[in-house]
Amino acid sequence: MLTDHAKLLRFFAEMKKVTGRKKLQKMIFILQACGVPFQEKYQFHIYGPYSEELTLRMEELCNLGFIHEEKEEKSNYAQYIYEITDEGIDFLYQIQPDMPDFANKAKLLQQESSRFLELTATMLFFRDLTKQEVEKKVHDVKPKQNYSATEMDRAWSLIESISHHQLPDNKQMH
Amino acid sequence: MTYKNEKLNEVKVFKDPVHRYVHVRDRVIWDLIATPEFQRLRRIKQLGTSNMTFHGAEHSRFNHSLGVYEIVRRIINKFQDKPHWNNAERLLCLCAALLHDLGHGPFSHSFEKVFKLDHEQFTQKIILGDTSVNQILEKVEPGFSQKVADVIGKTYADQLVVSLISSQIDADRMDYLQRDAYYTGVSYGHFDMERILRVMRPIDDQVVIKSTGMHAVEDYIMSRYQMYWQVYFHPVTRSAEVVLSKIFQRAKYLYENDYLFKLEPTHFISFFNEQPSLDEYLKLDEAIVFYYFQLWQEENDDILRDLCERFMNRRLFQYVDFNPNQQMQQVMKLTKLFHEVGINPDYYLVVDSSSDLPYDFYRPGEEEERLPIHLQMPNKELKELSRHSDIVEAISGKKRTDHKLYFPEDFLNELPQSDKVKEIKEILYGQGEVEYVD
Repeated sequence: MLTDHAKLLRFFAEMKKVTGRKKLQKMIFILQACGVPFQEKYQFHIYGPYSEELTLRMEELCNLGFIHEEKEEKSNYAQYIYEITDEGIDFLYQIQPDMPDFANKAKLLQQESSRFLELTATMLFFRDLTKQEVEKKVHDVKPKQNYSATEMDRAWSLIESISHHQLPDNKQMH
Repeated sequence: MTYKNEKLNEVKVFKDPVHRYVHVRDRVIWDLIATPEFQRLRRIKQLGTSNMTFHGAEHSRFNHSLGVYEIVRRIINKFQDKPHWNNAERLLCLCAALLHDLGHGPFSHSFEKVFKLDHEQFTQKIILGDTSVNQILEKVEPGFSQKVADVIGKTYADQLVVSLISSQIDADRMDYLQRDAYYTGVSYGHFDMERILRVMRPIDDQVVIKSTGMHAVEDYIMSRYQMYWQVYFHPVTRSAEVVLSKIFQRAKYLYENDYLFKLEPTHFISFFNEQPSLDEYLKLDEAIVFYYFQLWQEENDDILRDLCERFMNRRLFQYVDFNPNQQMQQVMKLTKLFHEVGINPDYYLVVDSSSDLPYDFYRPGEEEERLPIHLQMPNKELKELSRHSDIVEAISGKKRTDHKLYFPEDFLNELPQSDKVKEIKEILYGQGEVEYVD
């Protein structure tokens, strides 16, 4: 009962503060792809994997007073900052969702920029392809981002360090 | 003439109540419509359980798929002479439009949730797998099926092509809003599509709207908003979805616990094991699901029998509004009390939230989440719709969410009226007025 909401609250309880909707979207996707049982369904959108279900659930958590959302006006866009509230912590305590410990993985992701997480999430979205195919696909679907080989290598390293499973041979880092 | 460019001797038309006629001239499109995989969509309702609320809503995914194809065909006709449009992508767009919902199964929403499936993955598998659809697409040119799959999956390099099928103002939404309004009989899904098609402009990798067409787009956004709350998220339809999900959940549970069904549920077994093959997936349509529901009304398991009887005879759950922040402890208490009076709360006490039915409201594109609708101003500058339209700004700023608690009131009334039953009723009725599903 509302377990999926509680799982997200657990994420915010670990993170304390998450800055940016795009970052939040990509962090949850990457963790899910690495085996953390978040249930939100993702589709590929113009800026990479995106979950409407996650957006709606966040709106619910904010409306319920479990998450505090703060809007910051930037030069040409608005940025949102999310923090769990005391009521959110109380609710989480009542539900106690069954989840593995993912705090270290999430904290690794939190340090990264949303641009880099967009790249990592996009690469993971195509994880059934070979390494070469993934990199070509990233350039095809994100020509404007102009990701460098160094960024891709770093993304592969990050994926390897947070994955439960070893990557296929053709995706091992050298 | 190559198969790719082959035309029928004359334009074939399908009579359609929404677009009047659906026109087909390309041999490829004609052949795709005739495949078993596409014909299967006749046996999948577009709106799942909405016909429990709006009895006219019996239209199928077949109708909708033809409708999306027709809208894209009309858009392309208007784009032909416009800069930025590459007419070499025409057939690809038409095929993607026609096939975009090919992987939908019966009652997709509840079914996918319980059996952990994704119809979009099955759309990809049908297009790329060993199917008649794949054979036709590969006959167009080797690799063409992958291009169609990429457009539908939104991972095709030319995002302008993708945006015709999937964007904030796309052929998919323009068809289902009008079609669902028509078949449900409601008055709020209508907007001036012809006007919108006239003011659409291809610019680089997106379709923008000439600013003079803003009011037609406002109507379309209002239609999305109203159809969501009035039709797609109707509480009675949600009640039917709750009962349906619980049937699938119970049947799966029984299978996993070696229950002996009176007739082995052959068509469901791979779904219970969460590993259906493409062939097994394609065999399951609504007729098959209803066949089992009919049988399961005679089963020995009380819960499965009762839930199927409820669904088949539209004896749905009642509901009260519920605030998880203030009332979660009461729900915990209710769960305990339900157990104590012999009603299994796993099946008969259900919280349903607005996020359980994801539906994309229009949102301005903060932080590059998704590409918003852009208006092209007279000086060619692009402006995000809600920054220019007070109506759209008002709707997109309003974040309405909702939670309901569903339960079978008839069960409670049939029980001996003990203190525990009285306490259950006090808690439930203390949540607010009980809403009756009739």
